[in-house]
Amino acid sequence: MSSVTGVSATDELPGPDGRPPLSGDAASTGRVGDRIFGGAATLSGVVVIVLVSLIAVFLIVQAIPALADNSANFFTSREWAPGGDNPRFGILEFLWTTVTASTLAMLISVPVGVGVALFITQYAPAWMRRPAAALVDLLAAVPSIVYGLWGLITFSPFFKPVQGFMEDKLGWFPLFAPTGISGGTIFFIGIVLAIMVLPIVTALSREVFDQTPLAHKEGALALGATKWEMIRTAVLPFGRPGVISASMLALGRALGETIAVTFLVSALADGSPWTWSLFNGGETFASKIANNAAEFSNPSKTGAYIAAGLVLFVLTFVVNSIARVVIERRKAFTE
Amino acid sequence: MAKRIDVTDLNVYYGSFKAVEGVSMTVEPRSVTAFIGPSGCGKSTFLRTLNRMHEVIPGGRVEGKVMLDDQDLYAPSMDPVTVRRTIGMVFQRPNPFPTMSIYDNVAAGLRLNGVKNKKTLDGIVESSLKGANLWTEVKDRLNKPGAGLSGGQQQRLCIARAIAVQPQVLLMDEPCSALDPISTLAIEDLINELKSEFTIVIVTHNMQQAARVSDRTAFFNLKATGEPGRLIEIDDTTRIFNNPSEQSTEDYISGRFG
Repeated sequence: MSSVTGVSATDELPGPDGRPPLSGDAASTGRVGDRIFGGAATLSGVVVIVLVSLIAVFLIVQAIPALADNSANFFTSREWAPGGDNPRFGILEFLWTTVTASTLAMLISVPVGVGVALFITQYAPAWMRRPAAALVDLLAAVPSIVYGLWGLITFSPFFKPVQGFMEDKLGWFPLFAPTGISGGTIFFIGIVLAIMVLPIVTALSREVFDQTPLAHKEGALALGATKWEMIRTAVLPFGRPGVISASMLALGRALGETIAVTFLVSALADGSPWTWSLFNGGETFASKIANNAAEFSNPSKTGAYIAAGLVLFVLTFVVNSIARVVIERRKAFTE
Repeated sequence: MAKRIDVTDLNVYYGSFKAVEGVSMTVEPRSVTAFIGPSGCGKSTFLRTLNRMHEVIPGGRVEGKVMLDDQDLYAPSMDPVTVRRTIGMVFQRPNPFPTMSIYDNVAAGLRLNGVKNKKTLDGIVESSLKGANLWTEVKDRLNKPGAGLSGGQQQRLCIARAIAVQPQVLLMDEPCSALDPISTLAIEDLINELKSEFTIVIVTHNMQQAARVSDRTAFFNLKATGEPGRLIEIDDTTRIFNNPSEQSTEDYISGRFG
């Protein structure tokens, strides 16, 4: 199973006799076929690394001149007025909106997705498993514009009273303070993103849960574990690295999701006051860039947007590295 | 601690397939009973019905009666979870939980039973590992993953895990078939020690092993593939191996088939 973190549950599995899997050139026989295939695989690997590096270089090179001209603090300013004689721009608002909406999406989609995956693999009757799994895979392939349309036309009217209720009862808490904005709030976008990435979390988690060795499940059951205890002692620990990979893939999609978010967000007027509220509007990195693609009129202006894109790039990178570390720390315990 | 098992007229089905037919036997407490027989004769299937593990396989069900002293294991009010906490099981391939340390593997069953006290856990983990002849080999690395042990050590870890919950009966499904001869010897020695405390039932493909470790031996056979397996006879091990009452037992023991 591929993943954005490059880690999967089966990565480190030793062979049947307990040896580590053959890696590097150890298995090569030096024959022509081996050398051709080995060369082709190496080339593909190198191409990926070079591409990612070039993208990073491109972003940095294009962003630096604009950043040098910037007279506002890039990280702490909420202004966005790139280009012109005195460009002032900062990413604080986009960072806040992107991170909170995506975090909210994860908080909803990971537990629900794991639950759905457990249902399909452990609880659903046998006749239902394959169709349910196929359905989830299908949902994962639905283009995001469809989720955007659905969110705007169908879900938004349902959410308005919910938001009203929450503002009414929980408005004393800064995150839920009323702002007068309804529709494309951070909270609403978080929910739409959650629904959008839910099939990804579910599909990948289902895949790993399904691979839990019967021996481990029986081991737990034979100790007198109930079904839930068996899942807790055998299935969940086995699937943990896979669930983390799935979440990262989903988070990557949520952070960078453009079209559905562009469709839904309520952009804030310039100079509107700062608030911690999730019921505020605001642009994400991706939606801001997409909404203003027509404005890339001069290098300085374009550079500002590319700098914002660079932050998104680094953000995804950092998130994936953290996931990698989390998985690595428990590696000795994943067989 | 050890209890007697009484089986009366037991049939085992997987869906509509009858896997085992008409087994009646008594397993004495504090003894080792070995099940032998050719592949597919239903000995492992029958073993699983003694702690209701066959129910894990879709369509698995039984007819007949299994009594543990005066408890009916298949009474409607009997929870399979309770049965499995009383009757432990060791599998063919060592299956320690890969994500858990050696300590946590042994403590797993206790934790399922709600034991949280660190001192109690420490004590039982130590005594169980000692009981499984593994303590001296692992006492300095209790927090290392159980999957890092050798196959034989892993199997003894699984035995320690099973005896930690103080079962009445210990079922072993070909516990040595994935192990080398030295590790097999270690497990056989262990079985000899454990029988003073537990009722042990062991399925084995290895007739010498049955002869070495068991007090009583049950021979299972089937007429043809697709037919249900049956218990041919059960008797003292010395008698089964020297002077069995059934011709087919003698044929099997003497290597004429199987």
